[in-house]
Amino acid sequence: MQNFEYIAPNSAIAAAQALSPKQGLTAVLAGGTDLLSLMKERVETPTRVVSLRNIAALRGVTKQGGGLRIGAMATVQDLLDSKAAAGYASLLQAARGITAPQVRAMGTVAGDLLQRPRCWYYRNGYGLLAMHDGKALVPSGENRYHAILGNKGPAYFVNASSLAPALISLGAQVTVAGPEGERSMALADLFQIPSSASERENTLEPNEIVTEITVPSASGWKTGTYEVRQRQLLDWPLVTASVALRMRGNRVSDARVVLGHVAPIPWRSSEAETALNGQAANESSGEAAGKAAVSAATPLSQNSAKVQLATIAVKRAVAMAG
Amino acid sequence: MATKYDWPAAEDRSLIGKRHNRVDGPAKARGAAKYSYDRNLDGMLFAKLVTSTVPHGRIVGIDTSRAEKAPGYKGHVNILNVGDEVQWAGAEILAICADTEEHVRDAAAAVTVLYESMPHWVKDEDVEKAGTANRVQPAKDDTKGPDLEEAWKSADATVEGYYGLAVITHCCLEPHGQVVDWTGDDITVYASTQAVARIPGDLAKGLSRDENIGTVAPDSVHVITPYMGGGFGSKFNIDTWGIACAKLSKMTGKPVKLMLDRDEELMVAGGRPSDFGNIKIGAKKDGTLVAYESETWSTGGIAGRGSPPVPYVYNNEERLAQKARHLNVSTNIGPARAWRAPNHPQAAVLTMCPMEDLAAKLDMNPVDFFKKNADLTARPEVYRYEIDKCAEMIGWSDKWHKRGDSGSGPVKRGLGMSLHTWGGRPHDSTCEVRIQPDGGVSVNMASQDLGVGTYTTLSVIAAETLGLQIPDITVNIGSSKLPISGASGGSTTVGGTTASTRRATVNALDELKAVVAEALEADAADLVAKDGKVFSKTDSSKSLSWAEACRKLGNRTITGQGKQPDRNGGKLNDSGVGGVQMADVSVDVETGIVSINKIAAVQDVGLVICLEQCESQVYGSLIQGVAWALYEESIYDQTTGKMLNPDMEFYKLPGAGDIGELEVHMVQNKYDDRGVIGIGEPPAISPGAAISNAVANAIGVRVPTLPLTPDKVLAALADA
Ligand SMILES: Cc1cc2nc3c(=O)[nH]c(=O)nc-3n(C[C@H](O)[C@H](O)[C@H](O)COP(=O)(O)OP(=O)(O)OC[C@H]3O[C@@H](n4cnc5c(N)ncnc54)[C@H](O)[C@@H]3O)c2cc1C
Ligand code: SF4
Repeated sequence: MQNFEYIAPNSAIAAAQALSPKQGLTAVLAGGTDLLSLMKERVETPTRVVSLRNIAALRGVTKQGGGLRIGAMATVQDLLDSKAAAGYASLLQAARGITAPQVRAMGTVAGDLLQRPRCWYYRNGYGLLAMHDGKALVPSGENRYHAILGNKGPAYFVNASSLAPALISLGAQVTVAGPEGERSMALADLFQIPSSASERENTLEPNEIVTEITVPSASGWKTGTYEVRQRQLLDWPLVTASVALRMRGNRVSDARVVLGHVAPIPWRSSEAETALNGQAANESSGEAAGKAAVSAATPLSQNSAKVQLATIAVKRAVAMAG
Repeated sequence: MATKYDWPAAEDRSLIGKRHNRVDGPAKARGAAKYSYDRNLDGMLFAKLVTSTVPHGRIVGIDTSRAEKAPGYKGHVNILNVGDEVQWAGAEILAICADTEEHVRDAAAAVTVLYESMPHWVKDEDVEKAGTANRVQPAKDDTKGPDLEEAWKSADATVEGYYGLAVITHCCLEPHGQVVDWTGDDITVYASTQAVARIPGDLAKGLSRDENIGTVAPDSVHVITPYMGGGFGSKFNIDTWGIACAKLSKMTGKPVKLMLDRDEELMVAGGRPSDFGNIKIGAKKDGTLVAYESETWSTGGIAGRGSPPVPYVYNNEERLAQKARHLNVSTNIGPARAWRAPNHPQAAVLTMCPMEDLAAKLDMNPVDFFKKNADLTARPEVYRYEIDKCAEMIGWSDKWHKRGDSGSGPVKRGLGMSLHTWGGRPHDSTCEVRIQPDGGVSVNMASQDLGVGTYTTLSVIAAETLGLQIPDITVNIGSSKLPISGASGGSTTVGGTTASTRRATVNALDELKAVVAEALEADAADLVAKDGKVFSKTDSSKSLSWAEACRKLGNRTITGQGKQPDRNGGKLNDSGVGGVQMADVSVDVETGIVSINKIAAVQDVGLVICLEQCESQVYGSLIQGVAWALYEESIYDQTTGKMLNPDMEFYKLPGAGDIGELEVHMVQNKYDDRGVIGIGEPPAISPGAAISNAVANAIGVRVPTLPLTPDKVLAALADA
């Protein structure tokens, strides 16, 4: 780990002001379950680390209006323990999928959303776009876990957050604070597919922090998350899907389908949503939605199995919701 | 011929063969047990390797100038030099040390090594491509048994298939390494090793090659390893890092710790060769196997490796026509090391999987098929018994179905089986047993407990022999200053160490009996040590408690010596065991995910000393087997030549929730007369083949290669 200066201010604005507007110079520390390993591997080498631990306003999972407010520093375990979140089945299912108690106790919700990709080229020091001697390594390399959608390049990694698909399908908003103040946006807009090495996989300015996530009421919605997991032990899923279905009678009037681990961003599938709208939520509509979700998939040399896994994840998420 | 050293008859055994807790368990649970990694000596420095970042190249420059100015830097030694060739990424180039762990990481990162790169190759499965890259060494044909052409003609059914398994690593939880304290002429080494007695010579030789150091006597080296965190065949030598660590200690005059990082551990300190092959196998209508033909290839790194012993277990050279051809693929990956039962797990996959495929083609129940052909094995009656026992444990007759679970729903269930064999002959061992006037008893030898139960088994032997209890015995092992005993590898330890301990203890007891006989005015030949007493079996009034008996020694300590081998020392051990394992799995055919319901294992090992430790070896093997059957694989990138998963995230291992139910049966009271035989390797062989067979039974098609990952399961289903 490279030496760094550590500060822990007690307001969000002060934290943002302590951050550099230049990418990579400073880093935000929440629970550290991801950042510290990146720093140990020297994938991240910030000269200043700004911890959010002293900012009381960033904590807590509470009811707000008819909905839910999740402080950026609330841990995954806080979310699971909170009464306020009880009505958000798909979100809790996703949180429960993070099986390691250690990670749930330390890892924060904002940290989960902003965790860096697990791409092994990135983690081995070849950069977010996995380049070597000017050549992209992923397309002809070991890409069994890489993207099947949104993978036209130069980014091939997948977004690894399990909570993001659930939160986006629930219509979550995110609030971020910069040195000059706050702004809010749809959570989906926090993510982007980088188009060059100077961009990241999220739209935060280097000196902005996430302060809270708000989720509208889920009443009237049926929700479900299905994760395809190879093993029980501490691991990320191979593919995950979260669905939220607003029902009119026994028909779906409004469907939201968001997949994880299939693209460089949490992947909202309008094709799957169209397939569900107007249908009953059952096995056959779930299957149709699953197929629709991957209709535009362009698997790489080794990851065609993920197309099938995505289909099944959507089908089973619909079943969980129904 | 019976001797006084023979194991007590079954009815006289009060400890041997029973269930005993691990004597070192409490120390480990409390954290009181100090592993090499736990040694932190006063003033100790921390060392780290600088390793090759290219898979193949010549070193053209090593610049340590920035590192030497790094805070806390204390010194470095080169392992390779300018002009040397590196053959794999992760190869050790130099070792550097500093005052803290953090400083040494910074210093190591400040070293620049320049290479002139050379062509590399890291892929093994596609043998044609490897051939094009000039990486395949000439084939060798090995033909045995009856005429092959004739045998194929006589076959009513044949199966031709492709099978294989990937390179995996040892993944020791305590990585390789040591702390070396070189003070004056004394070199103390706290090494994580499977070979306490071998390291002094190995280190002395390595150091003596350095002219700045000159000759080092093995006797100046003291290796101390009371506890060890896993080796599996990868920790027999001092290795480059051990020699470098000693040199750094000499150079700085301080103790130095150099333990490998996780990525180094996975890249260079362990590796089990892969194996892939096209197998053809044939049988008559009644199930009689007639022929087995294989073309296999594998890699064990740049030097390649030996061929797998196929056909495996079913290999009678008079009755089964056999032809094997093996190709060596030379790759720029970390070199292979012996991995629990070298070559056998691979051979089991390459034999037992085609056999189950053939049984399916013959429409035979594998249990019948494997039993029918038991005469082709070296121990037909053992295997027949074990197959039946194992089938009962897994519920084979109720649960087995023909290929392809016909039940509805995406989750299919299936059963599969595999057989294995191993030698496990005893290694050489010398033991000294001491009986003290205060009644204390110690067993002393330069053996080691890799976590397998050596402390416990030796306590059992001495206690049984002296009529005492396990806590009455002190076992001193893990020091090279003690009487020499073999390295722990190849399942040789339990046979060697229990025999030398038995003989030493009997000899020590004879001396005690002579003293007691005099005191009690009894005949020494009439004396028995039992239930904490030494008494005359002809006159019950002549009896002393153990403490009283020992007090008669005055101020003398008895030392009994025992050796293995010892021609006059009775038949205490043997080699050659059989085992059978069966797996019950579920496969989600929509996701390709395999999960284990249960694995049953039946194992003979001659005379069981400690039932619980013996079973533990099997449990561990099954867990390790689930790992390489379903998850483990070293993944290399051809463009960069790097291992992409030298970590615990993508180098996947199972957790408690992934291993299913495990049931182990040790065969006891059947082959006890053979004496003690090793247990470390045999149960580690079959899990992969048994699990692969169970998956084939569940889904109706063979997933050709291990690990049985979802993508491969789905591909096999799609091809069907
Ligand atoms: C063994 C293991 C298994 C895991 N399995 C799963 C899984 O199944 N599903 C899953 O979704 N995740 C999984 N994770 C990831 C885990 O959920 C995340 O590591 C964790 O949530 C990150 O939270 P943190 O507070 O520790 O973040 P940190 O490590 O502190 O930060 C992570 C990143 O987010 C940035 N960041 C954090 N908070 C803010 C903020 N408020 N504003 C701006 N930037 C911020 C940091 O700068 C850093 O780049 C797993 C992790 C481990 C170690
Ligand atoms: S291996 Fe387990 S116990 Fe050890 S640090 Fe990791 S989570 Fe904790």
